[in-house]
Amino acid sequence: MSGVSVSEARASYETVIGLEVHVELKTRSKIFCGCSTSFGAPPNTNVCPVCLGHPGTLPVLNEGAVELALRAALALNCRINQDCKFDRKNYFYPDLPKGYQISQYDQPIGEDGYVEIEVGGERKRIGIVRVHLEEDAGKSMHAPDGSHTLVDYNRTGVPLIEIVSKPDIRSPEEARLYLEAIKSIMEYCDVSDCRMEEGSLRCDANISLRPFGQREFGQKTELKNMNSFRNVQRALEYEAERQTAVLSAGGVVEQETRRFDEATQTTVSMRSKEEAHDYRYFPEPDLVRLHISDEWLERVRGSLPELPLAKRDRYVAELGLPPYDAGVLTADRGVAEYFEAVVACGADPKTASNWVMGDVLASLKATGERIQACPVSPANLAGLMKQVEAGRISIKQARDVFKIMWDTGKDAETVIREQGMEQISDEGMLAAIVDEVIANNPKSVEDYRSGKTKALAALVGQTMKATKGKANPAVVNKLILERIGSPDSGASGGGPADA
Amino acid sequence: MRITEETVQNVARLARLAVGREEAARLAPQLSDIIGYAEQLQQVDLEGVEPTSHPLSRYNALRPDEVRPCLDREAALANAPDSDGEQVRVPAVLEG
Ligand SMILES: [Zn+2]
Repeated sequence: MSGVSVSEARASYETVIGLEVHVELKTRSKIFCGCSTSFGAPPNTNVCPVCLGHPGTLPVLNEGAVELALRAALALNCRINQDCKFDRKNYFYPDLPKGYQISQYDQPIGEDGYVEIEVGGERKRIGIVRVHLEEDAGKSMHAPDGSHTLVDYNRTGVPLIEIVSKPDIRSPEEARLYLEAIKSIMEYCDVSDCRMEEGSLRCDANISLRPFGQREFGQKTELKNMNSFRNVQRALEYEAERQTAVLSAGGVVEQETRRFDEATQTTVSMRSKEEAHDYRYFPEPDLVRLHISDEWLERVRGSLPELPLAKRDRYVAELGLPPYDAGVLTADRGVAEYFEAVVACGADPKTASNWVMGDVLASLKATGERIQACPVSPANLAGLMKQVEAGRISIKQARDVFKIMWDTGKDAETVIREQGMEQISDEGMLAAIVDEVIANNPKSVEDYRSGKTKALAALVGQTMKATKGKANPAVVNKLILERIGSPDSGASGGGPADA
Repeated sequence: MRITEETVQNVARLARLAVGREEAARLAPQLSDIIGYAEQLQQVDLEGVEPTSHPLSRYNALRPDEVRPCLDREAALANAPDSDGEQVRVPAVLEG
């Protein structure tokens, strides 16, 4: 089937996507034992009899993990099941030493929430079915020759939450936006680092198509092995096209699990056994029930920070920022806090936004630094902005000053003094130079008077050159105009250049 | 509830137990008896009784989020059937 006909057929099917996201909680110790959760430790050094599933050991629930799961569920607008329990999910795989995973089955800690995303300027709610607590499994490494598998149990027992969305997502792009929103909320709440490359955020997707107007869902496929948000979007795009081709050729989509293959940018059937999983869930007898008191719930609710979308709305409404700026600044909590600190030092919000979105973020990107380690402090950036406002340096000079501040950590005042960059605004100092420039450039003066207003720029440029860029361009402009007057009226049809 | 030989085979497969045909034929009626015995509980009137998910009535056995010493690796790997000195070695498994 050719690309054109597939894309035509795409238009007659509605895409329905649901996502399952696993987020590793930022606790110091594992969910049921005191082993460290630190990433990158040598294999099998963060293990103990509990997480290795030795007979006779008992799990003890980590209060910190419950607290973070609670925070996440509240930030996702879930109803909290204040009385809940843990269950065993039974399956056999070498990365699961006990032969079961402790999870939550019919009483998840949070249910029925939602996340808001912005699609094409419109807010859209994506429903959350549930948020539940569970333990992570170990990591298997398969020998390239297929002779054996090696297992590292350091991740076994690291606390996770699983966030299951409703099938409310209608395009691969919405899927990516949803993931970005989840990541941002988790980071804001300090629930997780959300590092996909370290596996602290993982995503599986369900996707099906149905003719527009049909109520019933089509047959879905499950997609795995997508290690970036971009790849989630690509895998879903590929899968939507593949299913479209199958359906419009009169075929049937098979219910199966497919793996995203990064090299070919396609999805490949995993040919797992057809049988439905039978995990034989039952209540975990080794753990007593969990009760979240009203006090605990309210304390956590009260400790939630302002969330990204609310912050964004406030930047627009209270600080008068364009929605685009507000979106960029609030995507990362650290950036938002930096920006707010600059504004708190008395800086104009829009100008501060330009600096943060421009030079600050660009410099961070170039050096790979996190904003928390930004060598130009918020107070120093505000100080630099004040120098520009006061007319001591031009905006162009300010950007050079910023670079030096970045490299040296010095404040703007010091850098300007040390570099001798102070802008000359004093008319007395500039007048002699302007006179000389006018005397030396009769042609430009003549051009200007005959209506070629661009000639003014040449005269200003000469003066700037003569002062090594230190002259205040606005003052220079004014001094030149005072001396050479207006262009001949009517010569160009336009009004006099006054800026 | 009658446990069929098919159910026995299915449960055995899920539990990775090798149960032969003869064994399944012997176990099915025995398991039916056991389940039947427990099923007497279904006759109890539970009107107004909260479902029980745990025999202990206490709740929230929690520990603070503190790191405690782990096993050293040699000890951790000592009980594994095979290892390469750093990781547990198991027969090749397929992803999924
Ligand atoms: Zn442990």
